[in-house]
Amino acid sequence: MSLLQVEGLSIHFGGVKAVDNISFTVEPGEVFTIVGPNGAGKSTIFNLISRLYEPTAGRIVFDGRDITRLPAHDIAGIGIARTFQNIELFDHSSVLQNLLIGRHSRRRTRWYEDMLFLPKVRRAEREDRRIVEEVIDFLELAAYRDKLIAGLPYGVRKLVEIARALSSEPKLILLDEPASGLSVEETIDMAWWIEDMQKDLGLTVLMVEHDMSLVSRVSTRVLAVAEGKALALGTSAEVQADPRVIEAYLGKQENHE
Amino acid sequence: MRVIFKNSYDNDINLFEDRVHLLKYAVLLLAALVMPWVISAFYVGELTSVLIWSLAGLGLMLIAGHTGQVSLGHAAFMAIGAFSHLALMLRGWPFVPALIASGVITGLAGALIARPLGRMSGIYLAIATLALSIIIEDVAIVATPITGGIAGLFAPPIEFFGLMIDRYGTPRAFYYLCLTVLIIVTLGYANLLRSPTGRSFLAVRDSEVSARALGVNVPRAKTVSFALSCAITGLAGALYAHQAQAVNYESFLVLISITLLLQVVVGGLGSMHGAFFGAFVVVLLPQTISMARSFINTNTPFNLGAYPGMDTAVFALIILLMIIYEPRGIYGIWIRLRTWLELFPLYRKGMFRRTRTYLKTERMR
Ligand SMILES: Nc1ncnc2c1ncn2[C@@H]1O[C@H](COP(=O)(O)OP(=O)(O)OP(=O)(O)O)[C@@H](O)[C@H]1O
Ligand SMILES: [Mg+2]
Repeated sequence: MSLLQVEGLSIHFGGVKAVDNISFTVEPGEVFTIVGPNGAGKSTIFNLISRLYEPTAGRIVFDGRDITRLPAHDIAGIGIARTFQNIELFDHSSVLQNLLIGRHSRRRTRWYEDMLFLPKVRRAEREDRRIVEEVIDFLELAAYRDKLIAGLPYGVRKLVEIARALSSEPKLILLDEPASGLSVEETIDMAWWIEDMQKDLGLTVLMVEHDMSLVSRVSTRVLAVAEGKALALGTSAEVQADPRVIEAYLGKQENHE
Repeated sequence: MRVIFKNSYDNDINLFEDRVHLLKYAVLLLAALVMPWVISAFYVGELTSVLIWSLAGLGLMLIAGHTGQVSLGHAAFMAIGAFSHLALMLRGWPFVPALIASGVITGLAGALIARPLGRMSGIYLAIATLALSIIIEDVAIVATPITGGIAGLFAPPIEFFGLMIDRYGTPRAFYYLCLTVLIIVTLGYANLLRSPTGRSFLAVRDSEVSARALGVNVPRAKTVSFALSCAITGLAGALYAHQAQAVNYESFLVLISITLLLQVVVGGLGSMHGAFFGAFVVVLLPQTISMARSFINTNTPFNLGAYPGMDTAVFALIILLMIIYEPRGIYGIWIRLRTWLELFPLYRKGMFRRTRTYLKTERMR
């Protein structure tokens, strides 16, 4: 059974059909990548899946459950974590604090228990910390554990955001342009991290990415979208060779000139 | 410089990360306990005011500093706390239950108001809460059975295990009473900050969208934070009523709300220390200014008696300078000073150069 099914998903902003009747499925364990020119609606698809946007039409099914009407704050709890295109970390907190906030969907204590810091709160804190430390080990972030986000280099912040997403122990992770703004070396590292997430953690990855070298290297399947519509679906090579995809990119370039 | 060796997660989970840290606070507590015996009754009163404003400041800090929701109406919650506390005491409730009830009542009032306020932010929230502060003045007059109408209410003396406590008769006892309440609230606050609830508040403050994506029910977090903030401020109001001995509709004017906000900004938004530092400034600055004024009047040819608005002007100037040169408030200065002492003589000048932080609106572009 597919882990994620998107059926006829659409959202309109006034007259703009940002996402227009898009359907696809993501199988367990695969790296599924969405590509497309700027403004194609890729981030909007992510915002729809994480329920930050209300779809105009369509259905989203995750793990056999219809989540089209689920509130956004319940999405992390069912096993979908994400990162943002323009890093959305908690700038005034340390890396460790950020990852602990990433555990929020797994919290077991209520505010008055927290206020009294009952023994069960301490137990929960230890458990959260143990899992967060596993993530820190996995992404080799130990050197930055107690550093404030505000002072970290861009590449590290990107990684911290992924670490925060992993802290919630997701089944599916949505990565919105994980390699944008990274150097060539950092992009290669990112490819390793994504492969590790898939192979070592058994995670399913849904990714938006422009860097075709990264896309071809890690993706199981690729979906190309333009102007809110799906253009082609297949392996990275198939999609890159598709005449409609080439036209969408070239057409876009002509518009820029 | 001190390096802390951590060998258990509990090092980070505990309130005090090591013995030295604990010792510092033990010394501070000792100083607070001894203080009333070394200063005059007048200054015991002033110090009690510092405690009460610290408490009120902590309340506002929770919502403004740690949850990122500005409130220009917290005097209204001091009023609710004060009136409900006195009304209960005058109906025969003992001090402690009346105090707890006043906190609960103010918290519930806050929770009720937080629902509609939760959808607002920035300037709209500021205006809405400001309106609250104005409305409460009228409510205080109209709700005569509870508030005593225009005349207001007098604070009865506090009976505490056979001990009669009032601020003039037994200033030290009243000081210790306020200190106890402040310590209990401070511990509860610190507990919140080291647990999921407090972290969810910080998340709401720093990025609502990722807070939601991580599973934080944002409206609910805002409501809990606002209610707790109001409850703490309500407790401060109740203690203030005993400190002032009488309260009426003029006790909690809008100016108090604004002063309270200035207090937490000057002290340092986003740190508990800030509420305490700010309280010292708010309580002791007018005193210092008037002392400076009389010194200048008698020892120099200038006569400042002709400028009645001086206190407010100097206060405003300090705030302005603070926001320009040290946006992290007195707490920021304190951190720098502490680091300087710890690293002496290795401190480098550029060490605390601020990394540019962006306003949310800038970041969205
Ligand atoms: N909240 C919104 N309100 C109005 N229009 C929106 C909103 N969000 C997205 N859009 C529009 O939807 C379209 C798709 O935007 P989206 O951010 O999904 O593009 P993208 O494929 O992620 O592009 P990029 O590669 O630049 O990130 C754009 O025309 C954008 O202006
Ligand atoms: Mg995008």
